[in-house]
Amino acid sequence: MRHTFAEAFSGLRRNASMTLAVVVTMWVSLSLFGAGLLAARQVDLLKDRWYDKIEISAFLCVKDVKGDNCDTGQDATDAEKAAILTAIQQNPETQDVFYESKQQAFDQFKQVFAGSSIEDSLTVDQMQDSYRIKLKNPANYQGLVSEISTMKGVQFVQDLHVYLDPIFTWLNALRWGTIGMSVLLLLAASLQIGNTIRMAAFARRRELGIMRLVGASNIYIMLPFLLESLFAAVLGAALASGTLAAGLYFVIVQNAQVSLKGLRWIGWSDAGLAMAGVTGVAIVLSIVPTLIATRRYLRV
Amino acid sequence: MIRFEDVSKVYEGQQRAALKNVTLEVEKGEFVFLVGTSGSGKSTFLRLILREYRATRGHVYVAGKDISKLPAWKIPGLRRQIGTVFQDFRLLPGKTVHENVAFALQVIGKPSSVIKKVVPETLELVGLAGKGDRLPEELSGGEQQRVAIARAFVNRPRILIADEPTGNLDPATSVGIMKLLDRINRADTTVVMATHDSAIVDQMRKRVIELDAGQIVRDQVKGVYGAR
Repeated sequence: MRHTFAEAFSGLRRNASMTLAVVVTMWVSLSLFGAGLLAARQVDLLKDRWYDKIEISAFLCVKDVKGDNCDTGQDATDAEKAAILTAIQQNPETQDVFYESKQQAFDQFKQVFAGSSIEDSLTVDQMQDSYRIKLKNPANYQGLVSEISTMKGVQFVQDLHVYLDPIFTWLNALRWGTIGMSVLLLLAASLQIGNTIRMAAFARRRELGIMRLVGASNIYIMLPFLLESLFAAVLGAALASGTLAAGLYFVIVQNAQVSLKGLRWIGWSDAGLAMAGVTGVAIVLSIVPTLIATRRYLRV
Repeated sequence: MIRFEDVSKVYEGQQRAALKNVTLEVEKGEFVFLVGTSGSGKSTFLRLILREYRATRGHVYVAGKDISKLPAWKIPGLRRQIGTVFQDFRLLPGKTVHENVAFALQVIGKPSSVIKKVVPETLELVGLAGKGDRLPEELSGGEQQRVAIARAFVNRPRILIADEPTGNLDPATSVGIMKLLDRINRADTTVVMATHDSAIVDQMRKRVIELDAGQIVRDQVKGVYGAR
């Protein structure tokens, strides 16, 4: 075993500049990969939170508003309201529905704009009553929206998905972009490991030939190369884990969590999982190219 | 110790057989010269014993085992029973004489206590006592070949294969190397040596197997180089 470690160490020393290049490439690509994983987790957390809060609001006709389903100057009738409520309740996607009266809407308006100059600009009668609908699965909103938006007495249906979906589309693009870029970099890093090991094996081909001749086992011949590439990969993974930890601490713990308290943020357990993932990827990406690169020197 | 049963070897992409229907047996403790022109199949014969190649047809037995069927992971075990010496010595230039010989034991996992004991013994056997700290470049050709023989013999193999071991040496040095190989053979090690050196073959009067175009054309007890 001492001989194996000595060989691995001398290999690392001989290829110091290449090893450094591999470590740096691994570090950057694994940090990006880890950041992509954490970003994905953060997007999921935000999505769960926001989608969970989303409700569809069906604003009813009042005399001050115009709409395709409204009679001008008329509030929605009780019969219309009952028909709308029945339609909502009978829709299989509806989890919960409640009626917000004009007075309740007015109270909420006063609460939101308390102290503001527009607080006194509206009266109860100018407020719109509405049905607030909570869905079983917030992602399946289209059926209900299209069903009730054409019903008599409904002025318009407000659906927050219209605003949130583009945000999540961009966030998703961002996370997949990050992961995609890191995958490319990781591929480059693994090719670099393969080349480094191939060069190291070529430099030691005479020794390898003698080892094969005197009956050294394949694992014994390969072990110093595996240790070399594992060393570079694990060092890269450790640096990437440090970078992720620093990123989490300075960006999330110190800033985001402080300034945006109402949102759920990724924590140390998520970072731990990302670090484990990053280390696992680093190990696989170092072993596989090493096995391929040394294959021809092990052929018996 | 070594048995070829109707062995043929055709290399990939070649029409002509490097070895054709070779059948022979080498007994334990025998000393055999393999002679023939370049391309006659001598090296192929030796490489089949080492299982560097697999026979295209027939069976090769080494120490009673059919090595044609040997799985790849068992080949290192086979090679630990066979010592090999080449014309170009194949020493590691950065390692001392002691380290070169010890290397063969280190890489098969022998404990350092064994290495410390066996390596100096073997160096003494090959006539290199006191030269363990030298680098190969500081030695003469004959001495370098002695190091190679020490490395091949340090694990006390049952078979020693020598491919033109005197090819790079002057006649006087060659005699010294042959004496060493003879000594190893007397210690019950089977020796198979491919050579072009007629003087040595004629002088040693051991079994001579002559190959021509991959076929055995002569198998002679106490033979000479050129006679039929």
